[in-house]
Amino acid sequence: MPHIALPPDLPGIVSGFAFRPETAKPMRELAEVLLRGPNTLTSAEREMIAAFVSSRNECHFCQASHSAAAAHHQQGDYALVEAVKRDYVSAPISPKLKALLAIAGRVQESGRQVTADDVQRARDEGASDREIHDAVLIAAAFSMFNRYVDGLATLTPRDDAAYDAMGQRMAHQGYIRNQESGIGNHESRITNQESRIKN
Amino acid sequence: MSYIDLPAGLPGIRALLTYRPETARPLNDLVDVLLRGPHTLTPGERELIATVVSAANDCTYCQSIHGAVAARHLGDAEELVEQVKRDLESAPISAKLKALLRIAAATAESGRSVTPDAIARAREHGATDLEIHDTVLIAAVFCLCNRYVDGLATWTPSDPDFYRQRAKVIVDNGYSLATTTNR
Repeated sequence: MPHIALPPDLPGIVSGFAFRPETAKPMRELAEVLLRGPNTLTSAEREMIAAFVSSRNECHFCQASHSAAAAHHQQGDYALVEAVKRDYVSAPISPKLKALLAIAGRVQESGRQVTADDVQRARDEGASDREIHDAVLIAAAFSMFNRYVDGLATLTPRDDAAYDAMGQRMAHQGYIRNQESGIGNHESRITNQESRIKN
Repeated sequence: MSYIDLPAGLPGIRALLTYRPETARPLNDLVDVLLRGPHTLTPGERELIATVVSAANDCTYCQSIHGAVAARHLGDAEELVEQVKRDLESAPISAKLKALLRIAAATAESGRSVTPDAIARAREHGATDLEIHDTVLIAAVFCLCNRYVDGLATWTPSDPDFYRQRAKVIVDNGYSLATTTNR
């Protein structure tokens, strides 16, 4: 059961987003830019970094939904993202993506774990500054999303089909939604309380 | 020296926000809502949450700047901020804030480390659902910021006066404006 009264029946981060639309908006925008914005890394590659970090953080909701998103950027094929989560070193992906996953794995533990050698290795495999930056920020962002989802003990579906449908939407429709359809706006509620007190 | 070629002369996250404006905007918006938006927790209390998490993650830049901003909001209370970082339970702050800071520290470890007991304790001391939600999210956001700042080895000034000066600008203007004007 969630730690706080989140809107019922909404899974994972969607319930947090509905509870607090003011913070949902920038969080959705950040995911959209990082995972679907113009980039020299493909969306599949970026979603694999997200799924990998979420898997290391043992966040089932995030790892399952972003694995599905990665798969749906590749015609629904889960084999690659599953291989990356199992053991990225032996997965059939480019040496550059392996080097970026190594950096993401360090960031998942702590920013201070990333070494100059890790960065040099990525550069040697052809990674640009911007790709290194984005790999670090995606790993950092999922260190946030994962803690948000599990720190509130949000509802975690166990049914793989639910995640497959989510991943399809994430891959093809993206992360931006119109106004959250949840329980409403805390800021206006607080402001109303404040004006009532003042009056 | 930073791991990638960042704009010169800007410390910590400011170099990163300048480097990549597309990600800077939502990050700034998120931090502004959480730390400066209308709230039942004061800005000083919310900055203490940011400071405690940044200290737990051993991020020198973030704990210095948010410690300085917290101190400024709380009436130049630098000693109080140090006390909270050193020994939370004996610090002269409310029982509710202590319970929220415990939740933040657990979140820094892992989302899975936040226990129903920790939540119950906060609730007993009067914390609302929104306060608990925002404590978890502030802690999670600083797990992002700390990793971002240290993962790219950004410049970390060592002079405490640098952070005190900067804290004044942030307290007076907010984060978005303080970033875009680069004062």
